[in-house]
Amino acid sequence: MKFGILVNEGPYQHQASDSAYQFTRAALAAGHEVFRIFFYHDGVNNGTRLTVPPQDDRNVVDRWSELAQEHSLDLVLCVAAAQRRGLLDADEAKRHKKDADNIAPGFRISGLGQLIEAAIQSDRLVTFGD
Amino acid sequence: MSEEGTIKKLMYVNRKAPYGTIYALESLEVVLIGAAFDQQVSLAFVDDGVYQLARNQSTDGIGMKNFSPTYAALGDYDVRHIYVERESLETRGLTVEDLMPLTYEDEDDDWAEKDSLRVVDSRELAALMSEQDVVLSF
Repeated sequence: MKFGILVNEGPYQHQASDSAYQFTRAALAAGHEVFRIFFYHDGVNNGTRLTVPPQDDRNVVDRWSELAQEHSLDLVLCVAAAQRRGLLDADEAKRHKKDADNIAPGFRISGLGQLIEAAIQSDRLVTFGD
Repeated sequence: MSEEGTIKKLMYVNRKAPYGTIYALESLEVVLIGAAFDQQVSLAFVDDGVYQLARNQSTDGIGMKNFSPTYAALGDYDVRHIYVERESLETRGLTVEDLMPLTYEDEDDDWAEKDSLRVVDSRELAALMSEQDVVLSF
C-alpha cells in the first residue's frame, strides 16, 4: 500500500512526530511505500537542524533525516507554515533577507499543493496530531 | 487509482475554535489551495469547530486578524458541501441562525444562489465520513 503521512505537531512537545516516525518505519519494514511525509502547523519544527536535545534522549530531527536518506523519503515542510515559524532554506533566507537558514538534511520546503497531491496519490493519508 | 486526473472525495474536518490555536486558519489555507485540484470537496464542522462559522466575529480585543470573511468566499472556490454537526451546535447553545450564511452559485441552474451549509446529525456525518477517500482533520 502507498501511504501519505501528515505530521501536524512539533517535536518533543507532542508525541505526534514520534508516532509518525514509528508508523513510517513499520510501514516501510512491512514492504509498504511512503509517497511523502508532509509537515504542517507546528510540525514544520521537525525540520530544523538547530535542535540540541539532551544526549540521553532521542534526536527527533536527525532520526527523520536518517530515515529519509535510508529510504529516499520525500520530507516536505509547508512553506507558509515554515515562514511563520522561522524555518527557512537557503533560497528562502536569501529572498527574505535573513542571515541564516536552518533546514535539516533530507527536508525540503514546498507548498500546500504537495499535501493535496499526497492525499490524491496515496492509497491512505494518515494524520498525526491533535 | 493514483493516476493523473484521479478525483477523490476529500473531506476537511474542522474541530477547533477559530482563535486560540492556529489550526482553523491553517486548515482554511489548505482548503483554498486544495480547490485548485478539482477534487470532490466537502467541509465538516464539529465540536468547537462550529464556532469558526459564527456570525459577526470580531477580533478587536485579541489583536488577531479576523479571517472569518474567507468562509463566505468558499462558494467561489467550488466548495458546495459544508456540513455542521447538529449535536455540536446544540451542546453549545447555538442554532443555524447563529452561523453566517454560506452559499454558492449553481451554474447548472442559471447561477441560482444556493445554500452550501447543511446541519446534519452525528449519524449522518459519520455516514458521510465513511464515504470519503480522504479525511483531513484539523
